[in-house]
Order: sequence, then C-alpha cells, then structure tokens
Amino acid sequence: MNERKQILKIRNFAVSFNTSSGKLNAIRGVNFDLYQGETVAIVGESGSGKSVTVKAIMGIMSPNQVIDGGTIEFTYQDGKQGEKTVDILKLSQKQLRNEICGRRIAMVFQDPMTSLNPTLTIGRQLTEGMMYHFHTPKAEAYQRAEELLDLVGIHNAKDFLKSYPHQLSGGMRQRVVIAIALACNPDILICDEPTTALDVTIQAKILELIQDLQKKLNISVIYITHDLGVVAKVADYVNIMYAGKLVEKGTVNDIFYDPRHPYTWGLLSSMPDLDTLDTRLYTIPGTPPNLVNKVEGDAFAPRNPYALNIDLRMEPPFFKINGHHEVASWLAHPNAPKVEMPAALKARIEKMLREGENHG
Amino acid sequence: MAEESNVLLSVKGLKQYFRVNRHFTVRAVDGVSFHINRGETYGLAGESGSGKSTTGRSIIRLYDPTAGSITFNGHEIGHKMDAKQKKALRTEMQMIFQDPMACLNPREKVMDIIAEGLDIHRLYSSPAERREKVLRMMEMVGLDKDHANRYPHQFSGGQRQRIGIARALVMNPSLVIADEAISALDVSIQAQVVNLMKDLQAELGTAFLFIAHDLSMVKYISDRIGILHVGHLVEEGTTEEIFNSPIHPYTKSLLSAIPHPNPIVEKNRVAVSYDYASSGLVYNEERHYRLSPTHTVLASPESFKEWTGLEAKESYLVEE
Repeated sequence: MNERKQILKIRNFAVSFNTSSGKLNAIRGVNFDLYQGETVAIVGESGSGKSVTVKAIMGIMSPNQVIDGGTIEFTYQDGKQGEKTVDILKLSQKQLRNEICGRRIAMVFQDPMTSLNPTLTIGRQLTEGMMYHFHTPKAEAYQRAEELLDLVGIHNAKDFLKSYPHQLSGGMRQRVVIAIALACNPDILICDEPTTALDVTIQAKILELIQDLQKKLNISVIYITHDLGVVAKVADYVNIMYAGKLVEKGTVNDIFYDPRHPYTWGLLSSMPDLDTLDTRLYTIPGTPPNLVNKVEGDAFAPRNPYALNIDLRMEPPFFKINGHHEVASWLAHPNAPKVEMPAALKARIEKMLREGENHG
Repeated sequence: MAEESNVLLSVKGLKQYFRVNRHFTVRAVDGVSFHINRGETYGLAGESGSGKSTTGRSIIRLYDPTAGSITFNGHEIGHKMDAKQKKALRTEMQMIFQDPMACLNPREKVMDIIAEGLDIHRLYSSPAERREKVLRMMEMVGLDKDHANRYPHQFSGGQRQRIGIARALVMNPSLVIADEAISALDVSIQAQVVNLMKDLQAELGTAFLFIAHDLSMVKYISDRIGILHVGHLVEEGTTEEIFNSPIHPYTKSLLSAIPHPNPIVEKNRVAVSYDYASSGLVYNEERHYRLSPTHTVLASPESFKEWTGLEAKESYLVEE
C-alpha cells in the first residue's frame, strides 16, 4: 500500500450562529481527515452541520456565523515554495480568494440551477476561474473549456459554450457545474448533495462521472449526502454526523457491515430495501435536538433505545474499534453492557454480505 | 379487468400537448391509459420530462387535456364540466405538491391554510366545527394542536409536508395526487411521511396517485406501478411484477439506476443505460401487450418476442 498523503486536517472545529432565539452551536468539535486521491462521505440529517463544515473549508460563512475554535489545515503544492500547509481559518478573505477558492478547492452545489449565473454563457462561466487565477489568455481558456466539457461527457462542446444555463436540462447543468469546478485542476472537490436535485438515471451517470474523473486526475473528493446508496457507491471512508458532532467514522465496509453507533443502526435500518416486501419503513423515533439549548451528555441519547445512564450525563469520547474505525458511544466502552444491534438489521447485514460474496 | 364499480379513476388515451409556437408542439403526454381502484395507491414513475407530473395535473384538471377521456367516480371530467361537476371534482380530488415551502401561503396561519378548502366549499356549519375539523386533521398527521396559530416558516420541512397532507385530507377526498411529495425531504423524514401516508390510507380509505422518480420509495407505498417514458406508459404492473420481472428495457434501466446500499455490490455495478433514440423503439407505433391480468408492456410484435420469448399473439393485445 502506498503512503497516504494527508491534505486536509480539521481539528476541534466548532461553529455557532447568532440567531434571534440565542446562540446555536451548529458544530461542536469536529475532527476530520482527508488523504490524497480518496473519497470521504459525510452523512447526516439536515441540520446536523455537514454543509456548514464543508463550506467553512471553502471559507464560505454567513454573516451571523462565529468560529468558536479549531483549525483547518490544508496542505498543497505551491509552485515556488514546494509543499505548504496553511490554516484556512486564519487566511484573509483576499488570500482565500486568490489561493484557495476555486483554484485548489472547488465545490459542486446541490442545485445546478441556482449555482450558475443565468445571464452569462456557459463558456464565460467555465473560463472565469482560469482567467482570474492563472491569467490564461482568452483563446486558450476557451480551448480548455471545450476539453473540460468533453471530459464531463458533453461532446458537441463548441456550440455548447455559447448557450445559457436555461437552455440545458438539469443533468447537463450539473455536468457544467462539475466542469467549472474542475477548471483550475483543484486538489479537493467538495460535492454538496450533487445529485439530490436530479433523478435516478442521471444520478447514476453523474456519480460514475465523478468517480471516473477522480481516478484520472487523482483528486480527493468530499461527498455530503444523506443517501446511503450513494455512499455505498462512491465512498472509501464514511463519517456519520449527528447534531454537530461526528459519531462514527470508518471505511465504507466498517460502517455498512459492522456499524457500532445506535444512530448508524437507525440510519441503516431506515433505508428502503428493494428485495424485501416489508410494508413499513423503520424510522428513528423523535427529532434531532435543538442546538440552541446546551446538550448534556450524548446528543442522541433521548432518541436512543439503547441509551445508558451515563449517556445523559457525559459526552462519549471516540473509542477505537480497529485502526480505521472509531465510534463515539459509551456502548463501545469495555465496561459497557454488551448490546447487540437490532435483529432485523443484523439479518440485513448478513444478507448484504452474502450478496457481496456472490458478486465477487 | 377490475369490477367497474371498484374503479375510482379511469384514464383512457390521455393526450396533453403544449403548443410552443407555430412549428413546434411539446407532446408531454401522448396517449396514456390506466385506472386506479378505490383505496389503492398507484405509483407513477419515470425520469424528469417523462410527463408524470403533467399526467397528474391533467387529471386534476389544472390543464385542459388535448384528447382522451378521464372518468372519475363514474363521471366524465376530461372535457368541459358544469359547475356541479367542477365542485364535486374540487372536493373529491386533492393534490400534495413537491415543495412544502412554496405551496403554503407564508402570510397565513396553519389553521387558515388547512381550512381554506373548507371555507371555499362551506363544509362546516359553525366556526367551532371548522376549528374542530382542522384540529382533528392536524392530530391525525402528527402535528401539535398548539401549532395551529403558527406560520409555515416556523416549521421544519417534514412538518410543512404534513401541513400539505392535512390540507389535502381535510376535504375527505377519495383521491389524492401526491406529486413528488417526498423528494424534497431528508431520507429519514421521507420514511416518516411515507409511513404517515400509509397509515392515513388504511384509516380513511383514500386512493393515492403517487408520482415520483425515486423507485425505492414508490415500491414501499404503491400497490401498482406505471412506468412513464417520453409521454408513454411503457410498462404497468403490480409492485412485485415491476420489481421482480421487469420486461421493458427502460424499466430495467430505471431499476438498475437505484443505488444499492451495499458497498461490495455497488462498487462493481454499472447502471444499465437506455437511450430511446438509439434503441430503435418507436412508442407511437407500438401497442400494449398483456402478460398477466395486471402486467402490461408497450412493445412491437418483434420486441415483445425478443423480451419475453413469447409469440406476440392477438390475444395478448390490450383492447383500447
């Protein structure tokens, strides 16, 4: 196995928002690692803070957002000085614009319609980043724009450059957005629910496209999603996020075949399963906590049928299961009573493993 | 064929064209026929642009159908209706929309949003009865009664969709058209809303026309499923028939596009692609063949033989 090169390291990252109902602690200490050429998925419900985390990597903040602490260290190759590590949170807006955003870290947003400018042609939007960051001559930039469109599977690129976003279908627009993100050869591509607004056939094509590009260009990808089917398809590593904290992280196989956190159990159980004819879907009882209130102990405890007494008083630290699998739950403590995952889920995982064996 | 009295809605040869200009007309729905029985859920699936939303909107008469007949509760509603029929249609058929924020008036309280239909059709005799009806419905969909005086923005996405459902069901309709009602919600919330719709259906006996592109959710809620593609119903069958023995290549490609939440399988799987332009199929010249009392597929005699291995006899044809 090759040496893994870490390019992004987030430590103890915490964010809060000043709202009319008080201070909302959206992110409460997140540690996150990304290595070159790998794909990490962040999974969680809406409001769990996954989008806020990745937007902070891009330096995108809303006016009422306050950084409470932590570091986001990004390592990249600077043309003149060789390898360089910076803390993104300490950079000025200008440095961010010139060095990081769009140039080394690029982002694909959820809705392809609102992330494109309706008044500019596709060609103009594709070349904007190159001209800004590298002062590429116009003709050369358009040449490259054509290549990019070809790369994302749009083949009659010449005519395409002159069209406007409204003339394209949703899938095509999302391809254009991906092409724009790739225009400056970024090291990290952040995909914030890239396929939620698209239908399944196009979703499959876009995901395969991103995977393909990742292999070709050796970039790292961060996926934000709540669709575990997508995670299974694309991710190498998975981080499960709940109420502003990571609760479980591991390789994709750890999470799907050996989940340890009750929240992960709930997530896996609530997936619609195509093979059985169950008539009811499992739902996790209750609602996520309101983060305006201070969270005592484990944030998931009120919804957790397996909660221990200590969950209500003390926040669980991360327990290591093996070299790459960690879980923040008191159930993983050596002294905790042995709790098995729900029987239905266990049966399902066994079935998935059998399918996996048949498959290869 | 199901018994005539049991059929709630029957759509025959529905066509909905939109004239863009002198030279170009969009044929959004091009000859779709299906029926919905009382109290059942019919799932309509297809990619964007396949005409599934247009079908729903034509049935509830937000559009004037270009051709075809729609029979609802024994009355023809596909053409011009008189006032009485219109009133019956507007109370008996309701719709739930995709975006729960956009479909609720932000300046009205939840109480008034849910009661709007009751107000228009004067379905109560006293303010107390109106209030009681609304509160009962709110309780049924799992909303807190104390929230009746709140505004839509004070609710989360899942709760707003519950308001939409309450607004539709308070009229006590016999058919509810749910147009992508859950696709804007989180997966865990989707499950809650789907379960809620199933519970309400069991309790009230309402029929649902469930329009969605996410087949995994369609599977959970539907009794029968119709697959639409470029305005044609290419395959129809019970949920088991569609999922276990799909015939049409488009259905197969739709099914293969659903991501399996199983990493080992999913990493090695490539979705089957289907391209109408290069498939050599011409939907307009094909006819529906019946494989079982409930399972039909749109095919030409040659492709029918190719897909099923059966000789395309006249007896398989669906009379139209």
